[in-house]
Amino acid sequence: MAELGAALGGPARAAAAGPAPLVKPQVGRDEWILRLGLVVIGGYLLIALALPLMVMLSKSFQRREEFVGLANYVQYFSTPSLFASIQNSFSVAIVSTLITVPLAFLYAYALTRSAMPGKGLFKTIALIPILMPSLLPGIGLVYLFGNQGLIKGLLFGHKIYGPIGIVMAEVFFTFPHAMLILLTALSLADARLYEAAVSLRAKPARIFRTVTLPGVRYGLISATFVVFTMVITDFGAPKVIGGQYNVLATDVYKQVIGQQNFEMGATVSVLLLLPAVLAFLVDQVAQRRQVALLSARAVPLVPAPARRFDLIMLACCSAIGVYLVAIVAVSQFAAVVKFFPYNLALTLSHYDFDRLGVGGWKSYGNSIHLALYTAVIGTGVVFVGAYLVEKGRGFRLGRQVFQFLAMVPLAVPGMVLGLAYIFFFNDPRNPLSGLYRTMPILVINTIAHFYTVGHLTGITALKQMDPEFETVSASLRQPVYKVFGRVTVPVCLPAILDTAIYMFVNAMTTVSGVVFLWGPNTELASITVLDLDDAGQTASAAAMAMMIIYTNLGARVLHIALARWLERRTQAWRRR
Amino acid sequence: MVSGPAVTSPREGRAPYLRIEQLSKQFGAFIALRDISLEVFEGEFVCFLGPSGCGKTTLLRAIAGLDIQTRGRVVQAGRDVSALPPGRRDFGIVFQSYALFPNLTVARNVAYGLENRRMGKAETARRVQELLALVGLPEQGPKYPAQLSGGQQQRVALARALATSPKLLLLDEPLSALDAKVRVYLRHEIRELQRRLGVTTIMVTHDQEEALTMADRIVVMNQGVIEQVGSPLDIYRQPASAFVAEFIGTMNFLSGRMVAAGAAQVGEVELAVEAEGVPVGRDVTLAIRPEDISVDRPAAAGGNVLEATVDTVSFLGAFYRVDVVCDRADKARLHVDIAAERVHHLGLAVGQRRTIGLPTEHVRVYPPSRVHG
Repeated sequence: MAELGAALGGPARAAAAGPAPLVKPQVGRDEWILRLGLVVIGGYLLIALALPLMVMLSKSFQRREEFVGLANYVQYFSTPSLFASIQNSFSVAIVSTLITVPLAFLYAYALTRSAMPGKGLFKTIALIPILMPSLLPGIGLVYLFGNQGLIKGLLFGHKIYGPIGIVMAEVFFTFPHAMLILLTALSLADARLYEAAVSLRAKPARIFRTVTLPGVRYGLISATFVVFTMVITDFGAPKVIGGQYNVLATDVYKQVIGQQNFEMGATVSVLLLLPAVLAFLVDQVAQRRQVALLSARAVPLVPAPARRFDLIMLACCSAIGVYLVAIVAVSQFAAVVKFFPYNLALTLSHYDFDRLGVGGWKSYGNSIHLALYTAVIGTGVVFVGAYLVEKGRGFRLGRQVFQFLAMVPLAVPGMVLGLAYIFFFNDPRNPLSGLYRTMPILVINTIAHFYTVGHLTGITALKQMDPEFETVSASLRQPVYKVFGRVTVPVCLPAILDTAIYMFVNAMTTVSGVVFLWGPNTELASITVLDLDDAGQTASAAAMAMMIIYTNLGARVLHIALARWLERRTQAWRRR
Repeated sequence: MVSGPAVTSPREGRAPYLRIEQLSKQFGAFIALRDISLEVFEGEFVCFLGPSGCGKTTLLRAIAGLDIQTRGRVVQAGRDVSALPPGRRDFGIVFQSYALFPNLTVARNVAYGLENRRMGKAETARRVQELLALVGLPEQGPKYPAQLSGGQQQRVALARALATSPKLLLLDEPLSALDAKVRVYLRHEIRELQRRLGVTTIMVTHDQEEALTMADRIVVMNQGVIEQVGSPLDIYRQPASAFVAEFIGTMNFLSGRMVAAGAAQVGEVELAVEAEGVPVGRDVTLAIRPEDISVDRPAAAGGNVLEATVDTVSFLGAFYRVDVVCDRADKARLHVDIAAERVHHLGLAVGQRRTIGLPTEHVRVYPPSRVHG
């Protein structure tokens, strides 16, 4: 038993004469490519996001290029007319949230937990507001409840112009976003929990309280903060229907466009940024928790028909659906009649935008251009960026910084970003200042503004890919761009298409992001809606807004057709 | 159990194909590998075997350049590849997940590594066909991976890894995702293929049966160090440490103390053991396999005879596992494996008192250890 001594001394080991030297791994070609990509797209995010925001922050501490500390903030809080806006913004945001989230919950609950008919139709109707600028609900509400409104009697003498109108418009505008979040949360239910509750003889109210609500609590938190953020940062609705009721977003606009007081604009922007960032952080935490609730072995819940309950749900959804449809329908109707509501003769004269001395049809063309550029370039940039973060190896710090930058846009209101661009790109010392008021800057801004959602979509899709694809490809001595082009992109194509349509639709509808950035040759359709409404050409404003909706609708239909075709073509290799 | 390939020694007089020298890997404060040295010879089939978290996959990934070691060298075919990225090393790899490209057909998966190699279309197609035939899937080229069974997918992954004729094949738990029958069949298939191609192969597994049946040599790892390197027979018959003894197969352990040269005391019983150089008075752990304990002819056990009570008798198919309690040896409980016919012949029954023998040559001596409590 020769090895016994060694056995008693523990496992055999090589006699080491001190530790071996540290290994410094060589960085291969593939990794250089990945790092270079990360630096290039990271550089874009730095220029399009981080630097402008930093400049803006510093401007809020300046007056005429002089550092004045907190003087702007002191002035802001000591000017009652400005200070009142904070209170207004919060009131409107809180009330809108308190109305929207329960309605959206009811709607999503009906779609997931009842056996009512017409679910497909109701789901489609709920998504309509996503296709339009936030200016349109204001216009529609004016037609319904304004001075000449069809049903203004329902307000019992209250004026639609002001907080009531803003809240009604925001409920309309934010409804689909809250509904989608809650729909996802509710559809993740595990039928086994309900079976267990029923077998323990729990009453429906108790089941709702102990099973349903806990299951969607993070969805509710998320929906609450998303709606709150959207309302507090929205510019379109208060601009159209707010009347004399000032909110933070309209203050920024007035300070900059009306009074040319850029520093005060920056100050208000920072104040607008704070609640948005706070809401963003809370939402991040909530979403992380929601994921943890997911169980791979959950059994999907299939609602059983219950006549009374289904009818109640149908009635609730119909009421909400009528509200959503009415606002769009009345806008469309007003756009094609001579003078709503007095002369209802049909006419296309409101579509003769060129006669009205604004951007006209050209601005519609510009919007299409912007949307296409944003969809194509933006989707490419965002997806490659997500790939570099998710599949890169080493260079941890670089990837973490990138990931952080990619999340920032979700917390930054469009108007704040737009104002930051003025400071950054309109500075003659900036070599990029030639871009100001051109199409490229609109594209750069819009991609940055909507970066996060595309990034997260990409990351989610990439996480579902086998992490060893890259390894296998490298062991077969193929460059990383080959596995990216041959495997990653084809497999992720549905997610890439989703990102593209998201970018397109948002580029068509955005107002707040671009309101400071367009020039004489680059006016956009959404800006034209704003201008026409400002000029009292409400019917034409409605007409242009409807053009945006139809364009987005067309894009959606095209997207669905493409996605179906893709699914058919690739079903041979897609796993069930 | 010990039906693995005969102990070959392909290493005599030859330089190793792969040499690992003093390799360590740290993840932050966690030390995943500690000063590992190992040589693998050309054409050898080596298994890294150990419980999860023992560092076997980390070692494989260091060899591939996927997670390069913190310290130490990897020398492949005389070339120091320690710091090279995976793309500049020479290996093919198969993962537990297969990592087949889902959107490419089987043929295109296999051809993936052959592209950009100045190989004509016809030549590539011929090579792909050859490889698919090699793994027994000559007709499956036009299908997509999702249309194949798990075992078939595994073989496609193998064909893809072999397409570029690598000199080193790395298999990372290649059979773990398959069901038991396919797994047993593929063990044989992979081993046959490897022998035919003569490609040096390293396989990571946590399945001892897999390692025992497939490997020329097994590297048993635990907590970032190599516990033992040896042929399957060596590892099974002469485990170098209590950990190896516990991890491979079933082992009985007894706590004792050396009371004289070649004699250990367990409870009131004195047992003859082969333990040269272990000083008298030292605590030791004695180990013996269940099939080495004799029940019918205890006298042949060289004097190590104990009285024991039969406690349970479990039928396990080809044999019975009989648990006996040795009253005078600290009430130690021992597993004894006895062929089914012998049990009937002996008329073993619960509650009987029997004399059992622990043959000296089968009793192994280790330092006192925690493994058996």
